[in-house]
Amino acid sequence: MKLTGAEILIECLKREGVKTIFALPGGVVLKIFDMLHQQKDIEVVLTRHEQGAGHMAEGYAKATGKAGVCLVTSGPGMTNVITALADAYMDSVPLVCFSGQVPTNLIGNDAFQEADNVGLSRPCTKYNFLVKNVAELATTIKEAFYIATTGRPGPVLVDIPKDVSMDKAEFIYPSSVSIRSYNPVYEGNKWQIKQAAEAMTKAKKPILYVGGGVVFSGASQELLELAELTHMPVDMTLMGLGAFPGEHPQSLGMLGMHGTYWANMAMHYSDLVVAIGARFDDRVTGKVSEFCPHAKVIHIDIDPTSIRKNVNVDIPIVGDCKSVLRELIQILRATVNGDQKELRKAWWNQIHDWQLANPLAYQQETDGPIKPQYVIRRLYDLTKDRDPIVSTDVGQHQMWAAQYFKLAKPNRWLTSGGLGTMGFGFPAAMGAQAAFPGRLVLCIAGDGSIQMNMQEMATAVVHKLPVKIIVLNNRFHGMVRQWQDLFYEGRYASSYLETTPDFVKLAEAYGAVGLRANKPSEIDAVIKEAIGVNKPVIVDVPTYQYENVYPMIPAGGCNHEMILEDPPALKNKPTSAGQVAPKDSDTILTA
Amino acid sequence: MEHIISVTVENKFGSLSRVAGLFSGRGFNIESLSVAPTLDPSMSQMTIVTSGDERIIEQIVKQLNKLIDVIKVVDLNESDFVSRETALIKVHTRPEDRAEALRIADIFRANVIDSTPATYTIEVTGDPRKIEAIINLLQPLGIKELTRTGRVAVARELIRSTGMQAKKIARE
Repeated sequence: MKLTGAEILIECLKREGVKTIFALPGGVVLKIFDMLHQQKDIEVVLTRHEQGAGHMAEGYAKATGKAGVCLVTSGPGMTNVITALADAYMDSVPLVCFSGQVPTNLIGNDAFQEADNVGLSRPCTKYNFLVKNVAELATTIKEAFYIATTGRPGPVLVDIPKDVSMDKAEFIYPSSVSIRSYNPVYEGNKWQIKQAAEAMTKAKKPILYVGGGVVFSGASQELLELAELTHMPVDMTLMGLGAFPGEHPQSLGMLGMHGTYWANMAMHYSDLVVAIGARFDDRVTGKVSEFCPHAKVIHIDIDPTSIRKNVNVDIPIVGDCKSVLRELIQILRATVNGDQKELRKAWWNQIHDWQLANPLAYQQETDGPIKPQYVIRRLYDLTKDRDPIVSTDVGQHQMWAAQYFKLAKPNRWLTSGGLGTMGFGFPAAMGAQAAFPGRLVLCIAGDGSIQMNMQEMATAVVHKLPVKIIVLNNRFHGMVRQWQDLFYEGRYASSYLETTPDFVKLAEAYGAVGLRANKPSEIDAVIKEAIGVNKPVIVDVPTYQYENVYPMIPAGGCNHEMILEDPPALKNKPTSAGQVAPKDSDTILTA
Repeated sequence: MEHIISVTVENKFGSLSRVAGLFSGRGFNIESLSVAPTLDPSMSQMTIVTSGDERIIEQIVKQLNKLIDVIKVVDLNESDFVSRETALIKVHTRPEDRAEALRIADIFRANVIDSTPATYTIEVTGDPRKIEAIINLLQPLGIKELTRTGRVAVARELIRSTGMQAKKIARE
């Protein structure tokens, strides 16, 4: 039987097991929406902005490990979703984005709402297609899902002209895909793995440096086994949080620019770095020439381009983390015999000294201003038993969340690492909530970034996605203010927001619930109330405005040279409990 | 150091822009690039002349391999290769220069493929040094137009296959 392009698209989605898509209609995709309207298998979450649709699909993908799907219209619909595609590309999120295109006979004519979707998305997608003939649509969609979810995952765009969605073709869904030029390598080279195992058994001061690749590969169990077998400490990247249990005694937490003191020190003084599904990003390496000066480097990654891109690698292993770790464990099981703990005793003593020397710290006075770290700490304590999914936006609150919210399992952490997209957190949380309606989904946000996709509250209310948003409200772009304090002599150029909306009233205006904690003593009650409500909630928490994130390695600095607290010049910060606009006289460094 | 990279890609729209976009997006150099279909019309052969240190060339090769449309990448500098380039040179010729132009063409075994009373169009093929040399000699006559194909290259076939044949296993 012949089907229209729109029907073929829906049939393909069903066969890929897609239950939810995030979408916003427009002229050239009306046929597709019309067909979606007449079926019940796929839920359409109508977003208020295409960027929201993209981030929701990302959140869905990160929480489920499956491809997220979004559907946007041509022209502005496409340009709006670009940020989400770029975000997914940087963080290797499997995404399939369908975009509408003007009819094939109008392409290139500057038609109404026309954009070169394939050209626009080329540098920020793993691959993209323009479907020019309805007969190719099914195969193309199959390939799109295949490319998005295999190898190093990433976003794939399928651009569908209006006439292609209306034309008819015989529907045949291919059962398998073969692309001659695309054959990701899953099995690591055995000889290299043997070399790696040998280096690992000998190292006295080794460290496992693990990233998001472990999460997407589903290799957490293997990682735990490897770490316990070898008694090695584990550093996690921002994207890798949750790959290894945060409360495990071998977890050193996050490393990098705002990583823990001991995670960075251990990295710097190690004699063997075992990188697993991580890519030596500049926020991790700091000054490359002085990065891990004493260490041999083993690098396990499915993407060959990640290897030796930023730092030199002694033992490269291209392959899927899960499969490589399994082989490593197999070899190590046969060779190590409980001697690893003894071998690394001095190393662990050193690490414990570092942990005692500079623990993560903040001071919360009972009647002083609310410290943002305290809020996250309480949120963690009060919700950890419920195994929540946690999303963040980007900035200071994101770093505090990474430091204080210790995730026990993978796929619970939704954050924008590579691109650093403010506005990511709320829609991503909604995507995860759509995938897991019964779970507790928290969104830790700042007052700056939550406003970047606030419009999606309408979507959350309509689709009953009871995400709990905690706004750490300091009326600043806090991370910008921190850099201005440290490196720009306290001149707050465009970092003070002057007015933020009344988030309680704003939530109510959307038909959601708004709550506020004004004092440290009110935090617990407000959090408990929020998680008890089966509706989207904004918890507005006015926090101390001048709190800075430490430790901090200044951009391009060395990993063992961290700023651990406010430098003396910043010690005279205003301490009032209430929030006030900074005046020129408040410019801290002049004090 | 200059490297010549031979890239086999799917012969479909967009392949060229993916390769070109990779070079511009990552700040790699392209000195020249030539493309044409292979014997199998579903594929195209590109010859890219680029430059960079060892690490950059390694990244270029890996990043090219990562592109979905790329079927095969060979860094020709890893073995022996031959390369050629063709230039079409339109030279102004005053009556007294015409004989000189022909002489120069003759020295380089170049062909005159078009002629008007005031110009010759000379076709010359060779390695880049030869092209540079003929351009230098023709320049005093006045070059009206010059167009070069960019280099194409191919690995030299080994004369006798001994057991020594370079077997490059990508360990990574």
